[in-house]
Amino acid sequence: MADTTLKLKLKIWRQPGPKAAGSFVDYDVEVSPDASILEMIDELNNSLEQEGKEPIVFESDCREGICGTCGLVINGQPHGPVPKIATCQLHMRQFNDGDTVYIEPYRAKAFPVMKDLTVDRSGFDKIMYAGGFVSVNTGGVPDANAIPIPKEVAARSMDAAECIGCGACVAACKNASAMLFTSAKVTQFAVLPQGQPERYERVQKMVAVMDELGFGACTNTYACEAECPKGISVKNIAQMNRDFFVSKLSGSKQEA
Amino acid sequence: MGWLSESLNSSIGKKFVMAVTGICLILFLIVHLAGNLTLFAGAEAFNAYVHTLEPFKPIIRVIEVILALVFVFHIVNGVRLWIANRQARPERYAVNAASKNSSYFSRTMLSTGSIVFIFLILHLSSFWATFNFQGHPETGEFEFFEIVVYFFSMPWYAVFYIIAMVLLGFHLNHGFQSAFQTFGWNNSKYFPVIEKIGQIYSVVMAVGFGSMPVYFLFFYGGN
Repeated sequence: MADTTLKLKLKIWRQPGPKAAGSFVDYDVEVSPDASILEMIDELNNSLEQEGKEPIVFESDCREGICGTCGLVINGQPHGPVPKIATCQLHMRQFNDGDTVYIEPYRAKAFPVMKDLTVDRSGFDKIMYAGGFVSVNTGGVPDANAIPIPKEVAARSMDAAECIGCGACVAACKNASAMLFTSAKVTQFAVLPQGQPERYERVQKMVAVMDELGFGACTNTYACEAECPKGISVKNIAQMNRDFFVSKLSGSKQEA
Repeated sequence: MGWLSESLNSSIGKKFVMAVTGICLILFLIVHLAGNLTLFAGAEAFNAYVHTLEPFKPIIRVIEVILALVFVFHIVNGVRLWIANRQARPERYAVNAASKNSSYFSRTMLSTGSIVFIFLILHLSSFWATFNFQGHPETGEFEFFEIVVYFFSMPWYAVFYIIAMVLLGFHLNHGFQSAFQTFGWNNSKYFPVIEKIGQIYSVVMAVGFGSMPVYFLFFYGGN
């Protein structure tokens, strides 16, 4: 335990409900530098409850950076100022005594605020339902290594599959575009043999749903890659673009 | 052709239109700069260059129409994209930390593009109109080099040209690599080279076109 504590001025977004107007509320806290930012809000919530006030609503689950549930915009950056970590892995030692810290929800038309810091990310689920899977007929379990896959290809797929669907790419993008997420989910199958049968149908369907939900279009600022807790590469977006053109230009009648 | 307009109006389709038209304009600028560099070789060289183009005028007229269409598509589509992208985030963040995760060039495409558009109107109404139809604003003669001297000896005109060319460089610096990313030509082997070429290209264009008003404003004292 550190023997010193940090005094911080928090400005946290409070919004009673999806349609209600929100605003920033100031909280003065004293926190251990070893606490994570979520633990700091936990402590703050305890004291709010003791005072009979409503606690701040936010999402978290695993608290070890794997699940993608947490996601706050801290001083304008999704998951805070440290690259390649989720919000739960951000510790207060990254801040200085006396700092003012703005904590906001993700802001995007396709991610409406439900309450305080919680947003509705079910848009990502809808993109997944549209094509983020490989259809497998029932039957015997296939042999694990029946189809040879080069190491490099497997690595590309796994790198894309590392996406935890937290939505930081949408939050960081100046256009609130979901292309990094969608492209990661397209690419993880597009490069593997198992993904080939549905490859071009998949990309059309997923992009169509992504557009329908009101996410913006990519303008290649690469802010998504910089803020992604898993470092998903914008090369996936290039892959998705290429597959999209090929699917649209092909003579097949198959349409999304 | 329903599939085509539907495809081009999708989010990726709009990017594609920006990239294809952008590449056309990038190629046009190379030809335009190469020809105009004859300005530095003096009045005779430049006038000779303009006269060589004379027999090709009918072809040039056709190319100009295509070029105008390319500009219109690039501009209209860019503005549409910007409006749609603004609507995707109705409520802004209290703290803007965009400088921490993206380049200045990539975030200012609409602003730099708008100023280049104003420049384009000015450029067409002065050089293009006088070279093709009106002749020298004072004498009415088609002495091309003298027309260039006339416009660039106006300080406000030359200074605006210089500013516009620097911003054009900003615009091209992002646009060049962005087009390749949009086409899906991004891999670890070639993309770093493409980015470098884009940087060199944008500097050459900004310095190349920008040096002309600088030269005539400050160093061409012959008249």
